[in-house]
Amino acid sequence: MARMEDVDRFMRDELIALECPEFESTPWVEAQKLAESRVAVISTAGLQRRGDRPFNLGAADYRVILGETAAEDLVMSHVSSNFDRAGYQQDMNVCFPIDRLNELAADGVIGSVAKYHYSFMGATAPEDMEAPTRQLAGLLKADDVNAVLLIPI
Amino acid sequence: MGGLAHYLEQDGLATTQISLIRLHSEKIRPPRALWVPFELGRPLGPPNDEAFQHRVLKAALDLLAAPSGPVLADYPEEAAKATEEDMEGWVCPINLSPPAPDADDAAHHLVIESEIKSLLPWFDLAMEKRRRSNIGASGLSLEDARDVVLSFTDGEPSQAPVPGTTMAEGLRLAVDDLKAYYVDAATAQPGNASGSDIQDWFWRETAFGELLHGLRKKLMASADEDMVLAGEWFLIPSSHWLDESYYK
Repeated sequence: MARMEDVDRFMRDELIALECPEFESTPWVEAQKLAESRVAVISTAGLQRRGDRPFNLGAADYRVILGETAAEDLVMSHVSSNFDRAGYQQDMNVCFPIDRLNELAADGVIGSVAKYHYSFMGATAPEDMEAPTRQLAGLLKADDVNAVLLIPI
Repeated sequence: MGGLAHYLEQDGLATTQISLIRLHSEKIRPPRALWVPFELGRPLGPPNDEAFQHRVLKAALDLLAAPSGPVLADYPEEAAKATEEDMEGWVCPINLSPPAPDADDAAHHLVIESEIKSLLPWFDLAMEKRRRSNIGASGLSLEDARDVVLSFTDGEPSQAPVPGTTMAEGLRLAVDDLKAYYVDAATAQPGNASGSDIQDWFWRETAFGELLHGLRKKLMASADEDMVLAGEWFLIPSSHWLDESYYK
């Protein structure tokens, strides 16, 4: 349903008018074979551990999500009310597919799942998230991650 | 989302991503993106459909094998929409009539308290089934979150309701926790209600939804810019406050 004709007129106008960052070219890192990939999730759903600081308007920082405890700990504090949360509330894999990734790892489809995953709050301009994202690159490499799955909300 | 992919690849990490707004991915041109035709909020598709989620996830991960990019692929499978038969299985747990618009605050409070109590068995059932809830963003108990919201309908509290946040932010978090409670309870029953079905129920049929419509109008008339912002944009989805008068 994320087609322009499926969202209300206000949202459609907002999405069409939204200024996107411009890049002169697209960088390209050759990926490892899937079976040798250690995969981390970066979400922009405003996910946080219960008890962690909630996201607020304009937040450009991220929250750390420990894959092992996500099922009990995860809450969403995204500022926007313009997307469905009922799907996520019934099954967090709708936007944070940690169970599905663990199953792919158990089946040998991917090499392994990262210990740490991360969430931003996607209502913030991407340019404002550049510095924390570059910081994350180092943290992801320290966790031996070689493939990052980015998931919007 | 696509901008983050640029930054990570520039720093040496291979990325793949799901795209919900194709137009944005066309503009940003991230290295690898899979556009999906699903409802906003459901990038992997329907809840509790493991096979479907696996297919979407695998399609996104398979883009890592692309020889060059940028790659923007379209996911070919639609998420099933609820049929009338499916919806027969989804019955709103309660149906309390909102109080009359001219009822006084005390009447509103009583109805809200009663409505929240009547949803409790369904919320408990949801917790038994899922072992998780999305309540907790504000850090308040459900009763405290309820009292915070009601206090804003009476006047304006003297201090921020959630430590470390602004007055408006605390209100928004308390509202979100209560909305999470209602949605947890409403989805405890089996059935295949879409996000918009559940939104329609919450915003059109609950007393709390009605109260938030009134609160939005009140906040938008506030002298505090933060409260105006919170009221106008962050309590109610545009699909439920938008009408033709907005464009006149």
